[in-house]
Amino acid sequence: MKLSDAPHSPSTAFATEILSGAEILCRALEAEGVEYVFGYPGGAVLVIYDEIYKQKSFSHILVRHEQAAVHAADAYSRSTGKPGVALVTSGPGVTNAVTGIATAYMDSIPMVIITGQVPTHAIGQDAFQECDTVGITRPCVKHNFLVRDVADLAETLKKAFYIAMTGRPGPVVVDIPKDVSMAKTPFVYPQTVEMRSYRPVNKGHTGQIKKAMQMLLDARQPMIYVGGGAILGDASAQVTELVRLLGFPCTNTLMGLGAFPASDRQFVGMLGMHGTVEANMAMQNSDVLIAVGARFDDRVIGNPTHFAAGNPTRKIIHIDIDPSSISKRVKVDVPIVGNIKDVLVDLIALLKAAEQKPDPAAIGEWWKQIEAWRAKDCLKYKMGGDIIKPQYVVQKLWEVTKGDAFVTSDVGQHQMWAAQYYRFDKPRRWINSGGLGTMGVGLPYAMGVKFAHPDADVACITGEGSIQMCIQELSTCKQYHLPVKVILLNNRYLGMVRQWQDFFHGNRHAESYMDALPDFVKLAEAYGHVGMKIEKPGDVEGALKDAFAMKDRLVFMDFITDQKENVFPMVPGGKGISEMILAEDL
Amino acid sequence: MRHILSILVENEAGALSRVAGLFSARGYNIESLTVAPTEDATLSRMTIVTTGSDEVIEQITKQVNKLVDVVKIVDLNEGKHVERELMLVKTRAVGKDRDELKRTADIFRARVIDLTEKTYVIELTGTGDKLDAFLESIDRSLILETVRTGACGLGRGEWIVKA
Repeated sequence: MKLSDAPHSPSTAFATEILSGAEILCRALEAEGVEYVFGYPGGAVLVIYDEIYKQKSFSHILVRHEQAAVHAADAYSRSTGKPGVALVTSGPGVTNAVTGIATAYMDSIPMVIITGQVPTHAIGQDAFQECDTVGITRPCVKHNFLVRDVADLAETLKKAFYIAMTGRPGPVVVDIPKDVSMAKTPFVYPQTVEMRSYRPVNKGHTGQIKKAMQMLLDARQPMIYVGGGAILGDASAQVTELVRLLGFPCTNTLMGLGAFPASDRQFVGMLGMHGTVEANMAMQNSDVLIAVGARFDDRVIGNPTHFAAGNPTRKIIHIDIDPSSISKRVKVDVPIVGNIKDVLVDLIALLKAAEQKPDPAAIGEWWKQIEAWRAKDCLKYKMGGDIIKPQYVVQKLWEVTKGDAFVTSDVGQHQMWAAQYYRFDKPRRWINSGGLGTMGVGLPYAMGVKFAHPDADVACITGEGSIQMCIQELSTCKQYHLPVKVILLNNRYLGMVRQWQDFFHGNRHAESYMDALPDFVKLAEAYGHVGMKIEKPGDVEGALKDAFAMKDRLVFMDFITDQKENVFPMVPGGKGISEMILAEDL
Repeated sequence: MRHILSILVENEAGALSRVAGLFSARGYNIESLTVAPTEDATLSRMTIVTTGSDEVIEQITKQVNKLVDVVKIVDLNEGKHVERELMLVKTRAVGKDRDELKRTADIFRARVIDLTEKTYVIELTGTGDKLDAFLESIDRSLILETVRTGACGLGRGEWIVKA
C-alpha cells in the first residue's frame, strides 16, 4: 500500500479536536478503513470499549476466547489482503492472544493487534492483569509498540498499519495503557509515515532480473516453485502468466495453493512432505529452479544436502521481498529482492521481448518425464467398502461446492487431505496455519472468512482433535449468524501423530487416541446449529448437498472416517524429497 | 571466524532487547555486546562481536537489518578498522607486588586510577588480545576482580557508518 493511497483520513476536518486515546483509536481504525475488530473486553480496555459502543464506523465481533479473536482477524486478512484487527485486554487477554499472533507471524499475515495495558504508573508493579506484553510478543511480531503518551498514539497507529502491510507483512502489536486511553490530546491522523529505519524495497534489480531471464531461457529441466509470498503479494495473475508464457511445470507450496490454478495441466500438485511424486521429483531433478515467494523450508525441500545433491549443477533463482529468506537454507545463484508482482511484471516483459525462446525439444522431453511421474497417480486411494475414506469426503466437497468455496482447515491429516484433494484454482481460498501449524484455527478462520465474504460458501475441514481446541466459537457463530459448514473428518485418533507413531515409534499409540468424544450432533444442536452424523460412503454426497443447501444455518457434519487411513505420499523427517513413501509401497 | 558488527539503532526503549533477543532466538553467538547513545541523541550505536561462518554472518546481518528499529548494520571486518576495549582490574597491591604491578602497568600503558593501602584499580585500553596479555603478565593470584566493556570499533579513514 502506498501511503498516498491510504483511505481518506478525517484529520483535516477534525484537526483541532481534543480527543481521548480511546477516541483516537476508533478514529484511526476508521481512517484505515477497518470493517471488523475481533475482540474480547476486560478491565484495561473498558474505556476503549465504551468508545466502540458509541461509534458506527466498524463492527466489533465478540469471540469466546482471545485466541479466536486473533485467528478470525488473521483469516479476514488472508481472505481479503486487508489488515486484520484484534483487540484484547491486558494480562491473560494478551497471553491468550499470543498463539494467534505467532500463527500470523509465521505465515506473514498483516495484522494490528491492540492490547490493553495497566496504567503507566502501575507498569512494573505486578499489578492485577499485568504482563510484559511487549516482551512476551517480541519474538512473534514484526514489530510492537508500548504507547506511553497519548500524544504519540495517532502516529504509532499509523506506523503500525504501515509496518504490518508493507515489505514482508506481519502482525504488529500496539500496547495501550489504560491511562493513555483516557488522556486527551489534539487529534491529527498522519497521512504518511517516514521511518529512516524501515524502508522496504519493492522494485527488483534489473541486472538480476535479466540474469534470471537468461537462465530460464536456457533451462532444459526447469521448475517453477511458488509459495505463499505470491498470494500475499497479490501476484497470482503474474505467476499464471509467467507459467503459461514459459510452458514450464509449476508447483505450489501448502501456503501457495491457489496462486497457480490447480486444474491447469501445467500444475504438478503441491510439493513437500506430502507433495505429489511429480512435484517432488521435478524439484529434485530440475536444472533451473525459480522460487517465487517461497522459502525452501524443511517441510518443503526436506533435507537440504540431499536436495542439493539431486542435481549438483542446478541453478536457483529466488524472488522474495525479504532478503533474509534468500540463501537461508539453500544457496541461491540469482537472488532478486523485491515485491513479487513488480519483479514478475519486469521479468515477463523481458521474456516477451527476448528473441530466444525455451528449447521446445528439451522442454518436451522434460514434460515426458514429468508425465511418467504423474502416471504413478500417487494420490489414488482405495475406497473402503462400508467405511468412509477421508479423501473421498474432500473430493465430494470439491464437487458439491464446484471447487469455489473458501476452505479453512486445522492441523493434521485432514489438513493435508484438504490440500491434496481440494483443487484450489484461485488465491486466498485456502486458509490454513502452514508455518506454526496451530491446531484450533479452523473454526475461527471460517468465522473471519465468512465476515469478509458473507455470500460465499465457507467450509472448515477439521479433525476431532483440532475442532475441540476452539469449539467454544460455535457460540460466536450463533450470535453473528455465520452459516459456515464444519466438515469433521472424525477418525477417533490424532491422526498425524498416530501416523508418525506407526512409522517411527513401533506402532505405540501414546496418547493419540481420542476417547470420550462428545456427541458432536448434540453439541452442535446445543449451540443452536444443525448437526449431522454421516457413517456410510453412499451418504456423503447427499449430506454435503443438504448441508450447503441450508444457506442460513451452520451445519456441523461429523463424518465417521477410516481410522487406519494415512497421508501419502510421505517424506519421512530429515529425508530428501525424492525419498517418498507411497501408499502402494505398503 | 570472529566478526565485529556495528549497529545503529533508534535510541528507544526495547531496542537492545530486540537485537539481543534475535541472537538468542536464532541461536547466534554473542562474544560481547556494547551499546551507548551516539552524538545524535536519537541513535544508539551497538557493537557486537560474534563468530560464525560466512553464511551465518550473512544471515545475522540480514536478520538484524530486518528489525524495524535498526537503522544500519555494518560488518567492520569487511574493511580496515580499529577496535578498542576497556578493562578495569582490581588487584591486591601490598609489599613488593605494588611496585611490580605498577611496572607492568606502565609497560602496557595502563593507569592506576584508584588505590588504597592494599589494592589498585588498573585501567587498560586496547584490543582484546592486549587485555588478555596484561592479565597473563601479572600474578593471577593478585587479581580480585575484572570488568571489560567488550570491543567497540570504527572503520578507518573515510569509511563512515552513518544513519
